[in-house]
Amino acid sequence: MTTVFTFRIDGKDVAGSEGQTVMEVAEENGIDIPGLCHLEGIHDRGACRLCMVEIAGSPKLAAACMTKIAEGMDVTAHSDVLLEYRRTVTEMMFVERNHVCAVCVANNHCELQDMAEGLGVTHFDLPRISPKVDIDASHRLFAIDHNRCILCLRCVRVCDEIEGAHTWDVMHRGLETRVQTDMGIPWGESTTCTSCGKCVQVCPTGALFEKGRAVARGSKTKRPFLPWMKVVAEERGL
Amino acid sequence: MSKPRIATVWLDGCSGCHMSLIDLDERLLDIFERADLVYSPLVDFKDYPEDVDVCLVEGAVSSEDDLHKIKLVRERTRTLVSFGDCAVTSNVPGMRNPIGVGPLLDRAYIENVTLNPQLPSEIVPKLLPTATPVHRVVKVDVFLPGCPPSADLIYTMLDDLLSGRVPGVVGSRFGR
Repeated sequence: MTTVFTFRIDGKDVAGSEGQTVMEVAEENGIDIPGLCHLEGIHDRGACRLCMVEIAGSPKLAAACMTKIAEGMDVTAHSDVLLEYRRTVTEMMFVERNHVCAVCVANNHCELQDMAEGLGVTHFDLPRISPKVDIDASHRLFAIDHNRCILCLRCVRVCDEIEGAHTWDVMHRGLETRVQTDMGIPWGESTTCTSCGKCVQVCPTGALFEKGRAVARGSKTKRPFLPWMKVVAEERGL
Repeated sequence: MSKPRIATVWLDGCSGCHMSLIDLDERLLDIFERADLVYSPLVDFKDYPEDVDVCLVEGAVSSEDDLHKIKLVRERTRTLVSFGDCAVTSNVPGMRNPIGVGPLLDRAYIENVTLNPQLPSEIVPKLLPTATPVHRVVKVDVFLPGCPPSADLIYTMLDDLLSGRVPGVVGSRFGR
């Protein structure tokens, strides 16, 4: 039998089953907690830090997507302080690589761009790093522009958990961190990639895109396979 | 009482933001009934005047001339608006930043040139090491991102400023 927990998010009484995360219960109750790495159907990872919430009695913030619910929890998902943190996190994503919305394939189809607009980020107080970052266009159908990557690792997770290929993984650390294909060889030479395109579809920005798409033409708004992914994930008991 | 004095300045940008300003169409008549345009690439005043109330700055700060201009503009302007993505984020002009001025100029004026390859040294101002957003050089009062910001956003902002309201974030976003 499933244990049901009742608790509060932003003063609203909510209920969820044992094992659910704060993020999941918030979604079920129409409470929007921002997030860029969270995607229904794949495991959460707590990579983007946008869903940080306050939990009464805890001295530190917790990622809503990684925090299991508990009876009597008192969660604050929206406050002026949290908004300021979320703006800063968004800003850090923009300044860490080279995001140039105007000439990006994902212009107007980009979750990072939406996030900035939604949170009211109108400029960056932090200096841009402007690193020299590579593009790998060796794959026949797709390309990755690391300039636009925010390291949400949706591609890594969807490739591993849904496609089962585990072509994508992560290499290096800190500012040098990059997603990589097959131990760092060019994508086009990967022997494990099935060219299914799921990584491209789940990428929230213009980092992964279909070749031949012009600026602002890389629409990812339709993700027909996501409901299917969810069913498969449930069947596997993920 | 004299009308508020508006100026617009064009630094390292494509002029698209100014085109979007012109897209205000008949609303320009409304704006300039309530304010005077005292300096702009769209009119023929040669020097940036004293005592400007509102200045829209398009473009990133990319050259020594831009730097000189923006400092003068800041000195003589009450409300400085970072107007469009190039001014706000350095946007497309900033794409040269990871490359560096030397290799950039070599590529443009030496490597790909067959006739008389040489680096420009006269008349044109020297490039700064990076193209930077306006607010990294001088204090900015209002940010209006967008590539370009729509005419509606520009109108709302100007209307707010001319009515003495603090312009809020009104659905502006990077890119578009």
